[in-house]
Amino acid sequence: MTFTLPSLFLALFLNLLIAPAWAGIEVREFPDPRLEARYQDLIEELRCLVCQNQSLADSKADLAEDLRDEVYTMLMAGKDDREIIDFLVNRYGDFVLYRPPVKTTTALLWFGPFIALLGGIFILWFLTRKRRPETPSALSEEERRRLDSLLKDRQDNP
Amino acid sequence: MLKYILPLGLFIGLLILLGVGLTLNPREVPSPLVGKPAPGFQLTRLDNAEQPVSEEIFQGRVTLFNVWSSWCTACRQEHPVLMDLARRGEVTLIGLNYKDSRAAARSVLEHSGNPYRLSAFDADGKVGIDWGVYGVPETFVIDRHGIVRYKHIGPVTAQIWEEKLAPLVRYLEKQS
Repeated sequence: MTFTLPSLFLALFLNLLIAPAWAGIEVREFPDPRLEARYQDLIEELRCLVCQNQSLADSKADLAEDLRDEVYTMLMAGKDDREIIDFLVNRYGDFVLYRPPVKTTTALLWFGPFIALLGGIFILWFLTRKRRPETPSALSEEERRRLDSLLKDRQDNP
Repeated sequence: MLKYILPLGLFIGLLILLGVGLTLNPREVPSPLVGKPAPGFQLTRLDNAEQPVSEEIFQGRVTLFNVWSSWCTACRQEHPVLMDLARRGEVTLIGLNYKDSRAAARSVLEHSGNPYRLSAFDADGKVGIDWGVYGVPETFVIDRHGIVRYKHIGPVTAQIWEEKLAPLVRYLEKQS
């Protein structure tokens, strides 16, 4: 396999682009790969409050680092996922969760899209309903007679 | 008729929704602490590493618990406002010096004045985490029973004091 110079530069450039995504994340030791998987899942589920649209796993913010430390320490101390999530929710509120629980304050967040979808379907139905051609009304007795005679004429003189 | 009202209504509805959404401040995450007792802590005073401070400091008076740092620019912005409040004796200010060095924090107070009755020194930010601090400065209003009543995120300005904090502080002070 050969690399052309431009493609090599492109690869280097792309690498620079993605580098910041992992550059700030510290390396942690786990005695058990399952624990590491739980750690990874947890920090991806939790939101960084400083950057708001990044998870704890992605964020380089100081606070995110501290909170990753807390999560790691609690995991190593044998706490279960529920306890760790509760710890953070008690301090930072539901906002720290990427999947907030269904509550009155989050109802719009959860059901809004479905309500909008139903609304859209209703509007489509409402607008297309009117465009359907009207069914022709039945012919009156006189019209039928005229039609019959016209058809008869055509049959008689093709 | 409905053909025109329906899209117009939808448009207006969307406008209202976006208008509200855009004027909400996403940085103001409601604190789950409001209405609950102040989280406990065991720290030392910023000016004296030997002297302990705990949440009992809040008992008996209405307090503004202000989280600050020497490295925080917005804290410098609110500092004159806090100085002014302290000078007028409007409310007791307690500081939480968050993730700082004692030397740097003390030098700030020496150079620009100390509005705090005292500051607790939270070197590693662990107490900050217990208080749900995610951006410095933050200011909690704590009543005389040690219950958190309000949290303000960002610098305290004269306007925020007048409009939001002062009415609450005065109300809490009137309560027994």
